Amino acid sequence: MANSIKVRAKVSDGTTVVKALISHPMETGQRKNSKTGKNFPAHFIQELTCNVNGADVLVADWGTAISKNPYLSFKFSGAKAGDTLKMSWVDNKGESDSVEAKIK
Amino acid sequence: MNNTRRSFIKRSAAAGAFGVAVGAGLITPRAVLAAWPKAAFEAKDLDSALKNALGGTAMTESSDITLKAPEIAENGAVVPVTVTSTIPNAESISILISENPTPMTATFKLGSNTEGFVSTRVKMGKTSDVIAVVKSGDKLYSSKLLVKVTIGGCGG
Repeated sequence: MANSIKVRAKVSDGTTVVKALISHPMETGQRKNSKTGKNFPAHFIQELTCNVNGADVLVADWGTAISKNPYLSFKFSGAKAGDTLKMSWVDNKGESDSVEAKIK
Repeated sequence: MNNTRRSFIKRSAAAGAFGVAVGAGLITPRAVLAAWPKAAFEAKDLDSALKNALGGTAMTESSDITLKAPEIAENGAVVPVTVTSTIPNAESISILISENPTPMTATFKLGSNTEGFVSTRVKMGKTSDVIAVVKSGDKLYSSKLLVKVTIGGCGG
């Protein structure tokens, strides 16, 4: 599952705005498969971490109610252009992915 | 040379190795996710979700939290929600949807330099209050907004 995360971070006036888009099914476990009559098993991101220069700027615990192909945006201060931002997620099946991006 | 096929084989080999590690108990999803508050996310009512996630249900309505969401969401599967808070020393921002089967939606734990701002997209089963809860110190501040849903985001 390479490159499931698209992330962009941009500094302006000392504030870095991070925008991320992750491709993930985010299955709730409550949707019925009409062919088998059983529910699709839950498959969703549980934890998303974002750190800059080794310090966590955001750790998110997610439930099933986050939309499919999650979008996330947040802001932080103290970083400068050229710093490396690392974002990673882990889902309920133990799958994970991470990406590194340079702050612009 | 079929590149797609090559990378597919490579990927499935890697997945296989990971599967073996999980099977052998070397990496269990539980160990990786020790911090994920299972009880909060599985709670079926608002109070127990809050208690398990944030340690209490006593919240103060605060005008320092701005919750932005559409008044009427046409598609409950994708409802954009933005929370902005100017409360000092905010530790976390949580989003809850009171009428969802499991109200707990997300908790964003903020780093020391992170501003009180998160924007994401959530699923809503039906018309419901969306509640933003900001934790600062040991106090909880909240703001809520009713979002009407015309097509639910759960089920077919």
